[in-house]
Amino acid sequence: MNKVKELPGEAIVTATQSPSIANSVHAYIERVRGGDMGALPAVLGLVVLCAVFAIARPAFMTSINVANLFTQGAAVTVIAMGLVFVLLLGEIDLSAGFASGVCAAVLAVTLTNMGLPWYVCVVAAILTGVVIGTVLGTLVAKVGIPSFVVTLAAFLAFQGLVLVLVREGTNISIRDDVVNAVANKNLPVWLGWALYAACVAIYAGLQLFRARKRSARGLVADPLSLIAARVGALAVVAGLLVYVLNLERSRNPALSSLMGVPIVVPVILVLLVIWTFVLRRTAFGRHIYAVGGNTEAARRAGIGVDRIRIAAFVICSSMAAVGGIIAASRASSVDPNTGGSSVLLYAVGAAVIGGTSLFGGKGRVLDAVLGGAVVAVIENGMGLMGYGASVKYLVTGFVLLLAAGVDALARKRAAAAGLR
Amino acid sequence: MTPLLEVRGIDKSFGPVQVLHDVAFSAYAGEVTALVGDNGAGKSTLVKCIGGIYPIDGGDIVFDGKPVIVHGPRDAGELGIEIVYQDLALCDNLDIVQNMFLGRERRSGLVLDEDSMEELAAQTLDGLSVRTVKSIRQQVSSLSGGQRQTVAIAKAVLWNSKVVILDEPTAALGVAQTAQVLELVRRLADTGLAVVLISHNMNDVFAVSDRIAALYLGRMAAQVKTADVTHAQVVELITSGRSGDLGIAQ
Ligand SMILES: Nc1ncnc2c1ncn2[C@@H]1O[C@H](COP(=O)(O)OP(=O)(O)OP(=O)(O)O)[C@@H](O)[C@H]1O
Ligand SMILES: [Mg+2]
Repeated sequence: MNKVKELPGEAIVTATQSPSIANSVHAYIERVRGGDMGALPAVLGLVVLCAVFAIARPAFMTSINVANLFTQGAAVTVIAMGLVFVLLLGEIDLSAGFASGVCAAVLAVTLTNMGLPWYVCVVAAILTGVVIGTVLGTLVAKVGIPSFVVTLAAFLAFQGLVLVLVREGTNISIRDDVVNAVANKNLPVWLGWALYAACVAIYAGLQLFRARKRSARGLVADPLSLIAARVGALAVVAGLLVYVLNLERSRNPALSSLMGVPIVVPVILVLLVIWTFVLRRTAFGRHIYAVGGNTEAARRAGIGVDRIRIAAFVICSSMAAVGGIIAASRASSVDPNTGGSSVLLYAVGAAVIGGTSLFGGKGRVLDAVLGGAVVAVIENGMGLMGYGASVKYLVTGFVLLLAAGVDALARKRAAAAGLR
Repeated sequence: MTPLLEVRGIDKSFGPVQVLHDVAFSAYAGEVTALVGDNGAGKSTLVKCIGGIYPIDGGDIVFDGKPVIVHGPRDAGELGIEIVYQDLALCDNLDIVQNMFLGRERRSGLVLDEDSMEELAAQTLDGLSVRTVKSIRQQVSSLSGGQRQTVAIAKAVLWNSKVVILDEPTAALGVAQTAQVLELVRRLADTGLAVVLISHNMNDVFAVSDRIAALYLGRMAAQVKTADVTHAQVVELITSGRSGDLGIAQ
């Protein structure tokens, strides 16, 4: 487009290596060596943990327990997905847990005390999250208070707010069928399989379409073998899960049948797809990475840094609201502890364990799901092994420290390898 | 000949410290204008004022004969002013293509048009003679200093820019790469762009520039044709603000 391109000179871009599985694997190993571990620790951890628990407690791999894993981990995972946005900027939101509590309380008050229809209440809860995020983001971006302090203050204030909303410690039960279904009901067996087939087909289609488009333009495209491997892996893992979840898990099937994929699974899947799309395929997502990577460079590129910061906090708090709704649904009630105790730490832990960096600029929404799975497996498996809360806290704390350590070491390594 | 970019009477203070005093400066299409001055003379500050990074306290910016107000980097970009900053301003966690299009991504609808961005970036980089990189989808964090410099320059010439300002582009480069960048600077000017080159190296300045502007303690000491002055005179302008009948009146 510019005149410069016709000028003579040796090419900067040597032919990029011809892509093949071997090359991709090689490039991946290089990246890991260079300190960019990505999802590797989380996936490995998940496999090891599952293997250990499955051997120690055969009950771990039963359909009923696997379904439990999903419903137990859903709220934390969703909150972690929102946290990824804030972490990508190198900020933190310590109030996300209690923000989810406040939003859940709004849901409960409007639903049970005021008797409004469920969709009005869900919208009200999410709007509460948007307002919270806007306030937090504005304080951080415009006033310039460190996010640690702003959200620590909010952490305290929101505890009070939940108490006010639920009238000093009463428990508001939720009787709405739709809201309660989210974390307690399952999809029909056929719908589970249909969704599975659709997901695998769409994933394969998108990958092929992209590769076609790129090779048509003469750009380096993923080879068919690599796409086949990816699609195959997804098909096998997801297929196994759907199969297990579709087994009968009622103790007395004659009385009441209990099977199918829990409704929270497609909910998480939809959120995962939407936010991954936003981060990877839109200019807004690109700008989030840019601000997290080098704020000054982003500013000089004309990016509205403040706007991006506020938006990240809004997304975080809104996702906390969704997490709060899921938590309320699972317990069928809201009390002053909803979103409290270890929820926030588990959510931050999930994001970091999944591979999102606390230093900003690196992370994916998928990290939150993988890390959320690790946290849920630890919590659930330790429970099955008969350990109490004390050991669970100790182990989760240790795993979080381990993940943060891996993150910090990876950064150091990257610096040593001249990658940063 | 009217300058393509002209600033007049620029004042800029950071708090109580006035860094630029009544600075006038012009850059002409098809020419390389060297901006020289000692460390702390205010060269980078002047460039950032032109680029809309710092608001100016007083003075005018005239572009193509028309007075303009530059509120931010976007305004400067729309006018056709591109700046390669001294500290490069690249995002380490993004790849080469992503950095080159940062803030001005191509989209089709809502979605980023990665493929066309990649093509354009590759074309632009092909046109610049610099060291090879493995892939333009490589993260900037994995590039050498010279390669980063290339990416920063490529980012500036990618757009149909009219003015390219380079703030010490050769400071981090080896001998061969410095020669390449200087050659590129000359070529950019020869294609009709107004190029501003900030440098501390007098040999480089005399090798490529058509005009020299010397800043001394935030004041413009003199702006002269390169052919009309000697090395010694320019060095004097830089170090004492005057040289013979040139420079700041005493
Ligand atoms: N953001 C800022 N806040 C306060 N003072 C500043 C700021 N930026 C620059 N200065 C001051 O303005 C003066 C000019 O700095 P500037 O960076 O423009 O110098 P320079 O000519 O580019 O020097 P060098 O050759 O070392 O790059 C210096 O005294 C510096 O301390
Ligand atoms: Mg400077």
